[in-house]
Amino acid sequence: MNAGLSLWVEIPVAILLVLGGLFALIGATGLLRMKDYFQRMHPPALASTLGAWCVALASIIYFSALKSTPVLHAWLIPILLAITVPVTTLLLARAALFRKRMAGDDVPAEVSSRRTENT
Amino acid sequence: MSPLLSNAILLSLFLFSVAMILTLIRLFKGPSAQDRVLALDYLYIIAMLMMLTLGIRYASDTYFEAALLIALFGFVGSFALAKFLLRGEVIE
Repeated sequence: MNAGLSLWVEIPVAILLVLGGLFALIGATGLLRMKDYFQRMHPPALASTLGAWCVALASIIYFSALKSTPVLHAWLIPILLAITVPVTTLLLARAALFRKRMAGDDVPAEVSSRRTENT
Repeated sequence: MSPLLSNAILLSLFLFSVAMILTLIRLFKGPSAQDRVLALDYLYIIAMLMMLTLGIRYASDTYFEAALLIALFGFVGSFALAKFLLRGEVIE
């Protein structure tokens, strides 16, 4: 393997990787243990923001040290997640709200129906 | 690669695997359809992080492209499933 990598590079990479794994584990535990669906939507954000940032930063540091030039393409992952995850989350929340309304559960009423009644 | 880094990579891969197993339990148990879609989306994200970690382990750039593809397909799949849940029952 590459022997030129100093300890000062490997320690941050190791810490960031383990942190990323811990955030993913915390998110999965929350996904399993939360009571309500709308509470359950929150924990996965921990992995898609903090976990992804940690792992991408570890990848950037490691490859930059390995090739002794800035290798920044791992930024694409958190940027892509920051664009796509809110869209999915918003759509899933709307779908869950709609399905719960159809099932007659106790959820907030629709706001836009009042506007259509007036017109 | 020093033993410190390879052990840290193994530990983080282990943590990702445990997270995937917990998410799979939610995927199989989930009371409603949206719970399953959420768990599937989370599985995609963990698999993508796992790919990045494997890329560090083998010092290869190819894993990054796999991670990017997994992120894109996860988004498209979750989007389509959420859209189906939103429109599947209603007559517009």
